[in-house]
Amino acid sequence: MRPPVAPPGWSRWLVPPAALSVHLSIGQAYAWSVFKPPLESALHLSGTQSALPFQLGIVMLGLSAAFGATFVERNGPRWAMTVALLCFSSGFLIAALGAATGQYWLIVLGYGFVGGIGLGIGYISPVSTLIKWFPDRPGMATGIAIMGFGGGALIASPWSARMLDAFGTDTDGIALAFLVHGLTYAVFMALGVLLVRVPRTEGARRPGVPGALDGPQVSARQAVRTPQFWCLWVVLCMNVTAGIGILEKAAPMITDFFADTATPVSVSVAAGFVALLSAANMAGRIGWSSASDLIGRKNVYRVYLGVGALMYLLIARFGDTSKPLFICCALVILSFYGGGFATVPAYLKDLFGTYQVGAIHGRLLTAWSTAGVLGPLIVNRVADHQEAAGRHGSALYGLSFAIMIGLLLVGFVADELVHPVHPRHHIPAPREADDDHPAEHTAP
Amino acid sequence: MTTPPSTPPRDRRPLTVFAWLWVGLPLGYGLYELVHKVTQLFRG
Repeated sequence: MRPPVAPPGWSRWLVPPAALSVHLSIGQAYAWSVFKPPLESALHLSGTQSALPFQLGIVMLGLSAAFGATFVERNGPRWAMTVALLCFSSGFLIAALGAATGQYWLIVLGYGFVGGIGLGIGYISPVSTLIKWFPDRPGMATGIAIMGFGGGALIASPWSARMLDAFGTDTDGIALAFLVHGLTYAVFMALGVLLVRVPRTEGARRPGVPGALDGPQVSARQAVRTPQFWCLWVVLCMNVTAGIGILEKAAPMITDFFADTATPVSVSVAAGFVALLSAANMAGRIGWSSASDLIGRKNVYRVYLGVGALMYLLIARFGDTSKPLFICCALVILSFYGGGFATVPAYLKDLFGTYQVGAIHGRLLTAWSTAGVLGPLIVNRVADHQEAAGRHGSALYGLSFAIMIGLLLVGFVADELVHPVHPRHHIPAPREADDDHPAEHTAP
Repeated sequence: MTTPPSTPPRDRRPLTVFAWLWVGLPLGYGLYELVHKVTQLFRG
């Protein structure tokens, strides 16, 4: 499929909603927990079993982003969004069949495997295109899209819950809910497929603004051979691990911290705290990413990692003395977590150019998969160990927080080591694009 | 020799408004539910 080239007069402000229609849909993945209790009671599953579709989905997200990124770069955003639409929606339809027939493996296969491919391809589908349309504000542009991934759960969580209330929580009700999800998301994502366009030439070249293809360009194959790529990999991995450190155990953590105080935290307030963290995560994606356009990518990561370590230190030292302090620090850390995801495509663009930034981004997302395993492992193992040692309350998390501070400092050092890519990695000068062909480079 | 008349670019503003409403309305619903949940929980 040839990338769809924008006709004359096409507004670049049509591209962010195209990207959002995909990211708001695939962000549903973080609302999977709504389906867990009904599935557990209807199909007699354990909590671990009912988490399988989500876990497989996240694994497939990382794998398909890493291995599919080159195809996305080659075939363009419309192809990628079409693949994402087909996989994500058919994943729900297969899951609906599984629920209707009581075959749980079909739900795992559909939602987890097939839908997970849709997550990965969908996540990276608009990134490169947005950067080409907004060379003057790449942080803001990718921030809008990646904010959608955080916002998807905000929409899906109440929507799915209401649907289950209406249809029932037996297998037929769950199947019908899956079916409606699959069809609705197909229609919703179709807007992205129809609207997305790549720039005619150097895209949104505007007077006084650098073009998308200005500056050094590095291929994806060459990028992974540079120390800059691996420094950024460490930066992303450490930042995500630190965020997951809070996210993974947010509700029990705030309950434990104030269990022995005069104002203990109820279960419902803990749930409200988790909802606030989601909002901070989403706000950080658009807010910090946009700020990076003004203060620079390296500086904004200094804030994520340096101030993030300071926030962890404040929680560890004084968190149990003040509820507002605990909540504020956690919100800031989660905003950095979201900001880290949203800013990294623009950081990659600064270092490697726009030539294959989508493919490079896909490869970098393996850091997310690694952090997804590392973060929960550290927090849960340490908390279990501390509990077995007879500790309770905030003492359960002291060691975890110390580890998180250490990881953030490692990330900070890695960020400091990021310097412009050596010219030997650059590809030859670009071939000028014409009206019929999107901007591209000759192969190195 | 005359140059062919060039057609002016189509006005994309209605499409742009529609596209932003398409994604903005569901996101607004999600944010409303979030604010509702947070205030309700902290009040309760």
